[in-house]
Amino acid sequence: MNLATLRTRAQLSEPRALLRNPVVLSLLVLLALFAAGNVLAPGFASYGSFVNTLRIAAFLGVIAAGQTIVILGGGEGIDLSVGKIATFSTVVVAQVSQGQDERLLLAIVAALAYCGLIGLANGIGVAYLRIPPLVMTLGMVGVVTGVIRVYSGGQPEGRAPAVLSQVVNGTVLGGVRGSVWIWLIVAVSTIWLLRRTTFGRRVYSLGANREAAFLSGINVQRNLVLLYVASSLYAALGGIMLLGFAGAASINLADQYQLISIAAVVIGGTTLAGGIGGYLGTAVGAVVLQTMRNLLIVLDIPAAGRQIVNGVILIVLLSLYGRQRRLRQ
Amino acid sequence: MNTPTLPPTTTLLRDARTWLLRGRLPIATAVALLVATLFANLIVADNFLTAFNLRSIFANVIPLAAVAVGQTVIVLGRGIDLSIGVIATLSSVVTVSVVEPWGLPAALLTGLATGAACGLVNGLLVAVIRLQPIVATFATSFVWAGLALYVLPPGTAAAPRMPDVIVLGYRGAFLGAPNAAWLLLLIGLSWLVLKRTRLLRHVYAVGGDEQAAFATGVRVARVQVLTYVIGGAYASIGSFAMLANSGSADALAGGGLTLASIAALVIGGTRLSGGAGGAGGTIVGVLVLQLLTSLLVALRPPTDVRQLIDGLLVILALALAGLWSGRRRSR
Repeated sequence: MNLATLRTRAQLSEPRALLRNPVVLSLLVLLALFAAGNVLAPGFASYGSFVNTLRIAAFLGVIAAGQTIVILGGGEGIDLSVGKIATFSTVVVAQVSQGQDERLLLAIVAALAYCGLIGLANGIGVAYLRIPPLVMTLGMVGVVTGVIRVYSGGQPEGRAPAVLSQVVNGTVLGGVRGSVWIWLIVAVSTIWLLRRTTFGRRVYSLGANREAAFLSGINVQRNLVLLYVASSLYAALGGIMLLGFAGAASINLADQYQLISIAAVVIGGTTLAGGIGGYLGTAVGAVVLQTMRNLLIVLDIPAAGRQIVNGVILIVLLSLYGRQRRLRQ
Repeated sequence: MNTPTLPPTTTLLRDARTWLLRGRLPIATAVALLVATLFANLIVADNFLTAFNLRSIFANVIPLAAVAVGQTVIVLGRGIDLSIGVIATLSSVVTVSVVEPWGLPAALLTGLATGAACGLVNGLLVAVIRLQPIVATFATSFVWAGLALYVLPPGTAAAPRMPDVIVLGYRGAFLGAPNAAWLLLLIGLSWLVLKRTRLLRHVYAVGGDEQAAFATGVRVARVQVLTYVIGGAYASIGSFAMLANSGSADALAGGGLTLASIAALVIGGTRLSGGAGGAGGTIVGVLVLQLLTSLLVALRPPTDVRQLIDGLLVILALALAGLWSGRRRSR
C-alpha cells in the first residue's frame, strides 16, 4: 500500500536515490574499506597502497569485463570458464614466445585466437545446442584443463618476454603501473562498447527481453555467440597481463578468477538476470574485492580466519544491493 | 480421438510416445547414456564385471551421488548451492574430529547437523535476505572452507581417523552385492520417500512458477530454506561416504563435488531453472559420469590426453542431455 509512496519519496529525495545507485554504493564501500584498513593498519590508505591495489585489481577488472557482457546478455548467461581460459592464455603466451621479445606479438595473437575459439565453442553450445550457459562453460573448464595439459605436457615452459613484463609492471606517470593504464583503456573502450555501439545496445536488449529482441530483428543466436567470444577474449587479455606480472605461467595461474569475477559483476550492481547494469560498477567491484583481500592480508589473520572473514564480508557486500525483489502479487 | 479401432501395436507405440513426451524425454536420454556407457565399459574393460571393480565403482560413486541428490532438491526449488561440496568437506572434518571422544552415532549426528546448519544459513541468505543464489553460496563456501581449516588444519601430525568398522564395512558386501551399492539404493529410496511429501510438491511448485506458488499459498521462502537444509543434510551423508572410503578427512578435499553434482543433475534431466526433473535421473547422471571415468581408465590413453578426453565426453553428455531441455525455451 504505502510501498508506492515510499518509492516516489526515494526518487524525490536526491541523496537516497543516489544511495540506490550501485556504483555510488560500491565507491562508498571502497572508502569505508580503506578507512577501516587505515585504522587497523596505518598506511593502508596511502596513495602508494591505493595504486598498488589498482595494479592487482586490473587483472580481475579486465577478466570481469567479459563476464559483465555475458551476464548482461541475460538468459541465465554466465561464463564459468573465464579463469581457465585466462590460465590457458598465460600458458600459450609463455610457450609461443619462449620469453623472446620479438615473438611476443605472435604469442599474443595466438593466445587471442585460441581463446577466441574456445569462446566460439561456448557460444555455439549455448546458442545453437541450447546447453544452459552455467553447464556449458562448466564443462568447458574440464576441456580447457585437458587442452592445457596436452599443450604444455603438464608443465608449461617458457616465461614472460621482458617487454611484456616492462609494459605491465613499468611505472608511467605518478607511480601508476602499466597494468592500470591498460585496464583504463580496456574500461573506457568497454563502456563505450556497451553504451555507444550497436553491439552494446543488442547486449542490453538480449538481456532485457530476448523475445522482443528477436522480434525487432536481432539475430539472437549469432549475437549470443559473440558474447561468449568477447568474454574469452577479455579473459585472454587478462591472462596476458597476469603473465607479465607473474613472470612465468603455471597450469592454474588464473583459475581463481572463475567465480570471483562473477562476484565483481554482482557487487558492481549488474543483476544476474541480465539487461541491467554496466561495466563501471564491475570495475569498482573489482577494486572493492581486491581491497578486501589486501586488507585481510595486511591484518595477518591465519588462513582459516581469513577465509571466514572473506566470506562474511562478501555476504555483507552482496546484502547491500545484490538483493532481489520480494515476491508480491 | 477414437482409440479402440487402432491396431494394438500402434496403440502401444503411441502410448510409448505420449509417455515419453510427458516430460520423460530427459530421463530417457539419461538412461540411454547410461546403457551406452555401460556397454562401452563391458566391451573395453575385461575386468569390468569383477567383484573388485564393481565394488570400487560403487564406493567411489556414493559421495557424489549423495551430494548430487541434495543439489537436485535445491535446483528443483529454483536455487543452486555452489558451496555444497565444501559443506561436505566441513561435515566430514567435524565428524572425524568428534568420532573418538563422542562415539560413532553421536559423531554422525553431529556431522548431519553441521550439514543441515550450513544449508540453513544458505537458505536464509537466499530466501529471506534474497541474495542471488550463485553468489551467496559462493560467498558462504569461503566461510565453510575457513571453518573446515579451523577444525582440522591440514598437516596435523595425528589426524583423527574413522573406526575400522566403517572403513571395512564400506568396502564389504551383503547378499552378494557391494555394501556401497545398497547405500546407493538407500539414497534412491530416500528420494522416493521425499518425493511423496508435501514439501517436495511445494518445491516443484516453487521451481515451476514462483509467483503462482506464492499466489496459491505456498510459503515460498520457507520451502526454499528447507531445500537448502535438505541439500546440506545430503551433503553430510556424502561426507560420511568420503570418510568411509578414505578413513580420514582432508580440509581441502571435496570442493570438486559441487561442480560435478551440477553436471550430474543436468545429465540426469533436471532443469537448471527449477521445477522439472528429479533425483532418480541425477543418480543415473552420477553413474554416467563415473562410468565415463572408468571407461577412460580402461582405455589407458596417454596421460596427457586423458583430461581432454574426459572433458570432451562430459560436454558431449551434457549436450545430449540438453537437447530436450532446450526445446522448452522459445529461443
